[in-house]
Amino acid sequence: MLLGLSFAVPLFGLLTEPVSVAHYLVVGAILFVSGIVCMAIKRNALGVLMGIELVLNGANVNFVAFASPYLQGTGSRSLGLDGQVIAVFVILLAAAEAAVALAITLNFYNNHATVDVDRADDLKG
Amino acid sequence: MMPYVATIAAALFAAPLPLAFINWHSFFFFLFAAVACGFAVAVVAADSVVRMAFYLVLSLGATAGLFFLAGAEFVGAMQLMIYVGGTLVLLVFGVMLTAQAPFVSIKGSGRDSVVAGVVGVVLLAVLLQAALSVASWRQPAAGIVAEPAATPIGMALVGVRVDEPGVGAPARNVRPGYVLPFEIVSIHLLVVLVGAAYLARAKRRKTPRAIEVAASVEPPASVAEHAAIGRDRSRGASVLSGGR
Repeated sequence: MLLGLSFAVPLFGLLTEPVSVAHYLVVGAILFVSGIVCMAIKRNALGVLMGIELVLNGANVNFVAFASPYLQGTGSRSLGLDGQVIAVFVILLAAAEAAVALAITLNFYNNHATVDVDRADDLKG
Repeated sequence: MMPYVATIAAALFAAPLPLAFINWHSFFFFLFAAVACGFAVAVVAADSVVRMAFYLVLSLGATAGLFFLAGAEFVGAMQLMIYVGGTLVLLVFGVMLTAQAPFVSIKGSGRDSVVAGVVGVVLLAVLLQAALSVASWRQPAAGIVAEPAATPIGMALVGVRVDEPGVGAPARNVRPGYVLPFEIVSIHLLVVLVGAAYLARAKRRKTPRAIEVAASVEPPASVAEHAAIGRDRSRGASVLSGGR
């Protein structure tokens, strides 16, 4: 009984108190680092693209968290509408970037018959 | 094992008092956060590019849920429509067009993975330290008074601010909207889409280089064929013009 309660209580304390900006920042940090590592270790060009999407998404989480009036404690003002508008612009630019990057990837695939970024060494001296 | 499970279940569900204290906003936040972070890590860990695309869909969808919980309904809807509905469909198309058997999973070297993992852990430690260091960011909000509306953001995009002023902002009616960024982004999107269509256009049929190299052992056949076709064409044309 005691062991079970000690197991459940810290989890429960997390669930009873409202979330703050810091919670969102932690989620954004994890998404950002996942994206960075994904960009670094994937050799598939599409995998690198997915890493970029994750990085942009982590940044967006931070913008939305700072824009939200519900997450700030009393006394501190939120970023307001600016954060949400920036997040929308980031989403739009990510879509544009994905379109161009995908076109480049398909061209690369047509010319080299592979999507391995390590094989893109034509410009190497 | 069984008794512990029973105790936890009893503590969580049988007793009505703790359940009544659950903040459901926090509950769903942790649910969406776990899905978003878990599948983001799964994207990194997965080898197959098809699975990576699927995990990315789940991660970005859960992030849209986080946006809804933060009171940014319009951004959440845009995330679902543009990211999950548009960008990822584009990515999945790319995966389908290029996922020939040898390229579905390209393994990196183990040493690179270790170095990237160490750098990632250090970066994560720095970011978490920064995120948790400011006291006012850790103060939870007093109460959630959700009032979903897309009007302020829509009006701001056409240049009229109807939201309450921000941190150091001047009075309501002289605050600028976002017309100029909106125009810049729209022109940018147009140029980018024209450029992408130009880059990915259907060109003269050209075999991939590797296949070309393999085929170049006997070029005379194809060259002769092309020449023959060209001759036929010109002859046909001359016959046509001569007939007229």
